[in-house]
Amino acid sequence: MTTTTVEGLVPRMRQVCGAANVITDPLELRTYECDGLTSHRSVPALVVLPATADEVAAVVASCAGAGVPFVARGSGTGLSGGALPHQDGVLVVMSRMRKILEIDPVSRRAVVEPGATNLSVSKAAAPFGLFYAPDPSSQVICSVGGNVAENSGGAHCLKNGFTVHHVTGLEIVTPAGELTWLGDGTGVTTGYDLLGAFTGSEGTLGIVTKIVVKLMPLPETVHTLLAAYATTSDGGRAVSDIIGAGIVPAAIEMMDALSIEAAEAAVHCNYPQGAGAVLIVELDGPTSEVETELATVRALCEAAGATEVRAADDPAERALIWAGRRSAFAAVGRISPAYIVQDGVVPRTSLGDVLARIAALSEQAGVRVANVFHAGDGNLHPLVLYDDASPEQTVAAEELSGAILDTCLEHGGSITGEHGVGVDKSRYMPKMFSADDLDTMQLVRCAFDPASLCNPGKVFPTPRLCGEVPGHRRAPHPAVAAGLAEIF
Amino acid sequence: MDTERALVPHIRDALSAACPATRDGGASDAVAGVVPALVGSPASTAEASALLAAAAAHDLSIVPRGAGLGLGWGLPPASCDLVVEMSLMAEVIEHEAGDLVARVQAGTTIGHLATVLAQAGQQLALDAPAHATVGGVVATGTAGPRRFRYGAPRDLLIGLTAVRADGVVAHSGGKVVKNVAGYDIGKLFSGSQGTLGVITEATFRLHPLPAAVSYVTAEFGAAERAGATAAVAAAATSALVPSAVELDWPGGSSRPLRVGVLIEGTAAGVADRARRMSELLAAAGGAPLVAVSPTAPPRWGQLPSSSAVIRTTFWVGKLPGVLDALVAAAADAGVRPAVSGPAGAGALYACLDPRTSDDAAGRFVRGLRERLGVSPAPRGSVVVLTAPPAVLAAVDAYGAVPGAALMRAVKDQFDPGYRMFPGRLAGGS
Repeated sequence: MTTTTVEGLVPRMRQVCGAANVITDPLELRTYECDGLTSHRSVPALVVLPATADEVAAVVASCAGAGVPFVARGSGTGLSGGALPHQDGVLVVMSRMRKILEIDPVSRRAVVEPGATNLSVSKAAAPFGLFYAPDPSSQVICSVGGNVAENSGGAHCLKNGFTVHHVTGLEIVTPAGELTWLGDGTGVTTGYDLLGAFTGSEGTLGIVTKIVVKLMPLPETVHTLLAAYATTSDGGRAVSDIIGAGIVPAAIEMMDALSIEAAEAAVHCNYPQGAGAVLIVELDGPTSEVETELATVRALCEAAGATEVRAADDPAERALIWAGRRSAFAAVGRISPAYIVQDGVVPRTSLGDVLARIAALSEQAGVRVANVFHAGDGNLHPLVLYDDASPEQTVAAEELSGAILDTCLEHGGSITGEHGVGVDKSRYMPKMFSADDLDTMQLVRCAFDPASLCNPGKVFPTPRLCGEVPGHRRAPHPAVAAGLAEIF
Repeated sequence: MDTERALVPHIRDALSAACPATRDGGASDAVAGVVPALVGSPASTAEASALLAAAAAHDLSIVPRGAGLGLGWGLPPASCDLVVEMSLMAEVIEHEAGDLVARVQAGTTIGHLATVLAQAGQQLALDAPAHATVGGVVATGTAGPRRFRYGAPRDLLIGLTAVRADGVVAHSGGKVVKNVAGYDIGKLFSGSQGTLGVITEATFRLHPLPAAVSYVTAEFGAAERAGATAAVAAAATSALVPSAVELDWPGGSSRPLRVGVLIEGTAAGVADRARRMSELLAAAGGAPLVAVSPTAPPRWGQLPSSSAVIRTTFWVGKLPGVLDALVAAAADAGVRPAVSGPAGAGALYACLDPRTSDDAAGRFVRGLRERLGVSPAPRGSVVVLTAPPAVLAAVDAYGAVPGAALMRAVKDQFDPGYRMFPGRLAGGS
């Protein structure tokens, strides 16, 4: 592919999106060179900002016709480089499509455009006593379309599930430039669950243009407990005991001493001084259930050796507790010149072993690691702190970060719980999946995007040539090919 | 792909070499009336892989089978050389209670799994028959009343092992609940009805068994349909977190309607929530007869014996219009469907009496589709889940399915020879 081809598309793109919404100026293009993962950069050949689904379809159809790769971008907050532009391709920026199109409170559904921010959906639903459950830490800015691409979670997905559990319909533009719906908006599937397969496919199967999401009734009561411990393993024992008691809290988060120090410096969240770990447990639901669970959780936290347990019952106190947790990623910037945000998952019962292993690796490498994690579901976010002025430290930090993922896999976990594979982790995919597993996943890719133009180079370490279908290849049954029959 | 050819001795030998528990098919192995030439019972994923590879080499058509409960739903197979049945893979491989996760072989029954999990106070939160298999439940997407709170199998499945039509073994997901590495092939296989491959293992997220349950029911006279739909809406949008919101309307428009709400939780919490839910249903529904019971009301989550089952899905706010359409379409067609299902989750099943004529059944389906129409954006569907072949031939079982062209493309990739459950395609072979 050459940039000449992309330049050839400019007149058509201007016709489709309007001249003001087609960016060709090199300086302006540079502002789109990365997403939230700034270590990977690539200036796109062209940026377009379509305003409607039809415009997106026309943009993609032009790219498909010219054989030009294209990448969709929401708010650009992704942490795995999923929206990293293709240097010879078109970056399709969804920020002009941010309307909340419909709220149906009785059906508990909203229809939104992909550029709408995550939080704007909950804000629009609040007057009806409803909210949109997935709540990634970046919810003020991240887009729902990006959430669909990444199958975003958030602190409260322990109880409420991920984006895929809250999306019931998607209007997409296929990589061939055709508009189609996946799912019938109700949450009941007919035929293959393409809605489920598309969600979390990291922008490689098409571009979302409308999203039907489930809304949930706002919980009647919310209680947040903060428990301080001498060590993370004490805190981990409390987590196991809570789960063992048959309680599924809305969230269970843990921070270790280093991340507490950073958060304290950044937002003065007033966490207990000298704590080796803090545990944040949030319970929500009907008042009569939450009150019962709260007493049990408090007792279990104390029994596990808490040095202090605080309950935050009003929204202001709760906000302060969460401010510390939410600020953690940015806050470590105050105690280290540079850091890597890692995202790995282990079975909850392995948390203690894995944290000990990370501590050992950290000491061995001479690189500090601050741990912030969703303890309830075993999703770790080790923050690897280093000085990027030192090439040796940089290498050591990257190696340590990789070794942490190896540790997660050794314990039966995953290389990513919520940040995605993107460009950042595609090289780790063969450690988690066999060649046959990856080949099978790419059959889906070949079904949607045989020309491999839609966000190429992401997720998979090596692309599959879609012509190479193993086994017998026969034409579809005539009745199917003639459109007389569906797959079911 | 005729049966005679599969009986050629060397083919049988090849399959037996791959999977020792391979035998001739008989009348009791028939899939919707089609007798398979051979039945293979793999004892491991490796054997299933070898069996499917051998079947691929001889171009055999294949029907995967669990307990066989879903085989009659949809069209019969156009051809069935080999049934791959999963009864030798019936073990709970791993249950880590502290992780609320279980890894299970596909032939494990729901009842056996429930017994194992209950020892740790846990459950797979799906309502499926005890003798159904895990693989069958995933492949058919079976979900009952608690779909309202916990969703369908696709929502609880976190890892999958399946054997493709060409014999290749594929894994996706894993054994951690939170995991976004790679495409979710488990979603694709959920509800795929054996048309993409054979599921051999599934890993699920579990839930704690509730300490207490309570069923709140409200009865409405035939004339109080509006009260019943208002009660469904009130329950479904309440912050009392019901686990199920069901509507049951047996035997047509002249009979009473029952709204049933399941509450699960702690003993004290459930007592309080059930009381408040009964007040809510009474207030919303215009003073119906409300009862609270620790046991399920009759027919809870069960469909009556019927010749045809038609599933209607909808946005819950449109429930009054859906009931109007059901009544009108039934009257026009001269049928009296029993209507029940998870109305609060946007689905109802209309079951036609076994004596219903094929013509009348076809008219009912067409009438329903005309009345419920097609919105610019999809807002539901009318799907014939099971019906006599003549009815299935007369009406398109699935109607206009969003993304049908992409589904065909997926099938082309996974099963280019169209050997996995051929004929499950609506409209013929």
